[in-house]
Amino acid sequence: MKDVISLAHGEGGELTHRLIEDLFANAFCHHDQLHLDAAVVTCEKKEIAVTTDSFVVKPIFFPGGDIGKLSVAGTVNDLAVSGASPLFLTAGFILEEGFEIRGLKKVVQSMAEEAKHAGVRIIAGDTKVVEKGEADGLFINTTGFGVLGSKKVNGSNVKEGDVVICSGTIGDHGIAIVSAREKLGLLTEVQSDCASLNHMIDRLLSETDGIRIMRDPTRGGLATTLVELCDNLQMTVELQEREIPVKREVEGACDILGFDPLYLANEGKVVIIADATEEERILEILGKDPLGRQARTIGEVTSVDKGKLLLKTPVGTTRRMDRLSGMLLPRIC
Amino acid sequence: MRAMDLFSDTDLTLQSLQAVIRVAEQFKEKYKRAPVFMEVCGSHTMAFARSGIKKRLNDHVELISGPGCPVCVTDQKSIDAMITLGESPNRILCTFGDMMRVPGSRHSLMTAKAAGNDIRVVYSPLDSVKIAEENPDKEIIFLGIGFETTIPILTLAIREAEKKGIMNYSVWMTTKLVEPAIRALLDAGEVKLDGFLLPGHVSVVMGEEKYGFLPKEYGMSGVISGFEPVQLLSGMYKLMALLLEGKPGIINDYQSVVTKKGNRFAQEMMDRYLTPFGEEWRGMGVIPDSGLVLRDRFSLYDAKKKFQISMDQPRKTKCRCGEIIRGLIKPEECVLFNKGCTPLNPIGPCMVSTEGTCSAHYQYMRED
Repeated sequence: MKDVISLAHGEGGELTHRLIEDLFANAFCHHDQLHLDAAVVTCEKKEIAVTTDSFVVKPIFFPGGDIGKLSVAGTVNDLAVSGASPLFLTAGFILEEGFEIRGLKKVVQSMAEEAKHAGVRIIAGDTKVVEKGEADGLFINTTGFGVLGSKKVNGSNVKEGDVVICSGTIGDHGIAIVSAREKLGLLTEVQSDCASLNHMIDRLLSETDGIRIMRDPTRGGLATTLVELCDNLQMTVELQEREIPVKREVEGACDILGFDPLYLANEGKVVIIADATEEERILEILGKDPLGRQARTIGEVTSVDKGKLLLKTPVGTTRRMDRLSGMLLPRIC
Repeated sequence: MRAMDLFSDTDLTLQSLQAVIRVAEQFKEKYKRAPVFMEVCGSHTMAFARSGIKKRLNDHVELISGPGCPVCVTDQKSIDAMITLGESPNRILCTFGDMMRVPGSRHSLMTAKAAGNDIRVVYSPLDSVKIAEENPDKEIIFLGIGFETTIPILTLAIREAEKKGIMNYSVWMTTKLVEPAIRALLDAGEVKLDGFLLPGHVSVVMGEEKYGFLPKEYGMSGVISGFEPVQLLSGMYKLMALLLEGKPGIINDYQSVVTKKGNRFAQEMMDRYLTPFGEEWRGMGVIPDSGLVLRDRFSLYDAKKKFQISMDQPRKTKCRCGEIIRGLIKPEECVLFNKGCTPLNPIGPCMVSTEGTCSAHYQYMRED
């Protein structure tokens, strides 16, 4: 029989102990603090950014990543776009009885790899097991802590003429998930863009001035993210449709499935609003990073009132964009 | 450059746009008014709106959206019946995603799903046959909504169920045909048109010759067109050229995929499994032979025969989808548009279907 998660793995007894000792502690490298009920960390006297996110993506393994990689990168990115350097993560697992331990190992391994890559430590965790049918395989919650740098990126100083830069092609994650989930058999397999962006963003913040605000356009896609920003900061942004980078295969899949790439989730992209004088420098730094190679300026802030997101089509007409309404793709992250 | 890139190339789009404006002005000079075209395909409606072409040509060409969105033209009674159909234990209702948020008189399929009913979105009717195979103790029903583009795939699903001897599978057929709808519109004479932009995908199945009745019986011209910006504009240009010539005709401007006779296999499949039926259309009533239902010998797969659904009178609203489908009013003329009716809170199907005219206007043509 396959080695699977049983309810006993969540009972706090021998099996729980073994799971923590052999799998989690090993992968996340901290045997030293195993006997404590809380992790103890040291922080300099700085402002701390905290964020939390739950991951329920289906399928758990998809082209370009898995729920483990996503649960680290997603939280790391939330910290990074807030102007914080991510330091620590906690991880909570909800496992469904019967989930294969081999699969869990794989997920934990990718969390460890992604954490190493991002330079963060996973310092505390929890495991619960629920009866078969009460969850779908594996859910993960991660909470992230980071220290804020000296540069504020809260958008308070946004002004007319600021540029909007997108770090690469949009919609990759959404299409990767839907084609893996529905087994669409599209000719080209689209890889999810799932990646931790903190090193690239750190470089941007340390080597340029004039970044007003950043966001990672995850659920709801680039359009919903920018509508939120426009609304919050009461600015109007005009995007140039022809400048928005979309992979050909993503465009094709969208045509077939009736999706708009502007509303598809991304898990490794950042959208930046910055002073126009820094545009070239920002694009240069992004362009040197494998995660930002296809970065483009996609629009500008046209006024600091009204709070509208507008899209200019190649034929010269303008239309207003709204938040994603209703459901496009559930359980995308 | 690949052909598809050429068709969406910005420079070529802009040049084509100028060419269309030029011939539209010639038309205006000759007839003292702008030409009025109807696109009879939901994907065209979306493509014209999304690309900005419809708005850009606003002063030059009047483009009216016709009854081309399959969900939108479905009668409300039928929509309500389909939702009720999914609200029964031991059934799995399978549907294209488009139907999920369409408002019923009581609620939508989405609400019915949230209440615990097993309602699943599939991308192909063949997936629903697989679901039937995997759930032999349940009845699996597929909501067969669509025009000639979708109908052949429905017959493939039935053939698959037949081949595998699957007995717990059926299709709720509410299919629609393009030709009877165009005839009904022209016969009613409510909307004055100069010509048609004919549906590219439907034509792949039915063939160019299908539209011979337009010039022959109605003195009307039409151009079969693709969906990329340059193709849309080329279709318009050629339609206007036909009108300026004054000789009604049909042009196939989508020759890469549309042949004279269409897809024979698809037509044979339709003929084998299905027979014409007087379908009821939203806002248009029953149109004779405007849909296809399963032939008697395939009753086993006919959900309408398998399940008795009581149909109440639909809830009355101020929704004017019926008139929008007939091309009589624009979405903005409906009192509900962007007020009581938005994609988040739709009152009629045209606001929520991905091919609906209201949805196209709301998503792609508003500036405020």
